[in-house]
Amino acid sequence: MQERADGPTASPGGSVESSVEAVFREEHGRLLASLVRRYGDLDLAEEVASEAIEAALVHWPVTGVPTRPGAWLLTTARRRAVDRLRRDRAYTARLAVLQAEAERGDPAAAPDADVDDLPDDRLQLFFTCAHPALPAEDRTALTLRCLGGLTTPEVARAFLVPSATMAQRIVRAKKKIRAARIPFRVPGADELPQRLPGVLQVLYSIFTEGYAASSGPDLQRVELAEEAIRLARILHRLLPREREVAGLLALMLLTHARRAARTGPDGELVLLEEQDRGRWDRAMVEEGCGLVRTALTGGVAGPYGLQAAIAALYDEAVDFAGTDWPQVVALYDVLLAVAPSPVVALNRAVAVAMRDGPAAGLALLDELADEPRLRGHLPYPAARAELLRRLGRHAEAATAYREALDLVGADPARAHLRRRLASVEPPGPGGDGSTAPG
Amino acid sequence: MKYMLLMYSPPMNDAGEVPEPCELEEWFQYDKEVQEAGIQVASHALQDLTTSTTVRVGEGGERVVTDGPFAETREVLGGYYVIDVPDLDVALDWAARCPGARGGGSVEVRPVSEEY
Repeated sequence: MQERADGPTASPGGSVESSVEAVFREEHGRLLASLVRRYGDLDLAEEVASEAIEAALVHWPVTGVPTRPGAWLLTTARRRAVDRLRRDRAYTARLAVLQAEAERGDPAAAPDADVDDLPDDRLQLFFTCAHPALPAEDRTALTLRCLGGLTTPEVARAFLVPSATMAQRIVRAKKKIRAARIPFRVPGADELPQRLPGVLQVLYSIFTEGYAASSGPDLQRVELAEEAIRLARILHRLLPREREVAGLLALMLLTHARRAARTGPDGELVLLEEQDRGRWDRAMVEEGCGLVRTALTGGVAGPYGLQAAIAALYDEAVDFAGTDWPQVVALYDVLLAVAPSPVVALNRAVAVAMRDGPAAGLALLDELADEPRLRGHLPYPAARAELLRRLGRHAEAATAYREALDLVGADPARAHLRRRLASVEPPGPGGDGSTAPG
Repeated sequence: MKYMLLMYSPPMNDAGEVPEPCELEEWFQYDKEVQEAGIQVASHALQDLTTSTTVRVGEGGERVVTDGPFAETREVLGGYYVIDVPDLDVALDWAARCPGARGGGSVEVRPVSEEY
């Protein structure tokens, strides 16, 4: 048994198993990207990648995790690919063409390139998975599957859809990549400004799905949010000079830093103003603030950098009331100019309410009443209800809380709204079926 | 890989007129660029919708001929290119350069089947 197999952990077997797991999470995307680059075929790459991982599961517990696990996996996967291609003549013919193309396009992709160099080809895979020619929901699924290394059932669970539905979605996406020949390539400098937002959107939607689970008992699915952060870190490493990537990573970190304080002991939602700031992840806040500086330096900031800057103002305040509201409103003004949307206008109205009082905020919210994009958008009635409650307009607040309750998906948020509704309703036996004890 | 670029006009107005999304000059220029790039496999512009006739043959072999296009649509297929380029990104670039993609018009990009 090699040295690495028995570490300081109590059970040597368990230690190998958990380090094997960790290696796979980290290496899967890299491995797959190298294979896709080499063979130009996502299906083949996935098959031999999973075969290599299976082989590792057999060998590593016996021999220990190799010093260069990534190189071991890639070598094993390549051998499997060669076996497979020899067996399959149609593939062989295709492989010859693909390799000729790859070598013409990029000398570094020559078949004998040193396996130890392990170039990171994940950037190509990010852009392929988030290609605008794929339906938006497929982009997210494919990214989690190919770069996150999640299995199809795991991706299905992440989005609360049946496994079979997710499998169909992934098959459909892969078929289009193959049949329409969506390339594995990083867009040129001239295209990047058009294509990068699509990749960022995918990562952000994974994060928000984890942050505010749209339905189900858990308000936050921490693992999904953490996966989004892991992917954003990878993208930031690959594109260190893209300020919006830094901005997105910062936004995620500054939001995720509050995760422990965001749900109460019974799983209920705790609003920002009521959160125990001592439970915020200070290291994460600091890291996020550092990235905000990168995102805001050099020209007009992008929407993610600006949202991160707003999140940083919340995270750096001693308490909710002490937030630098004029600065928050000013940043929302810039955000509205850069990326106008009714949702941003809604958030700005809430910040104005904090700066100038609830009446001023409510007036702005009422201006947005006819926005089709806010119809059925939970934060709108929830914010109105809150401001009406602060103004003492209880009957109107109750109506707005009921509207919000009709829209809420995640159970803990429901509990919060119920409590608030109860606080503005007249005491005693209710006329609308509520049975509050005297 | 071969892709067909199907060029659709902007939606017809209520009088049934199809707005012209661009000048003829722009089409000539685009066509010249496609020729010079050496990617053109085929291309044709189609006559307007009033000249279109649709044929269906029923189960008993009876021929049904009707005036107009197959589907009720406000966008009119005005022409096509078949181009041979390395991948979808290049095909999408050529579609985006096409004058028919502007002014409310659109260009659909479909890979040509290689099986037949």
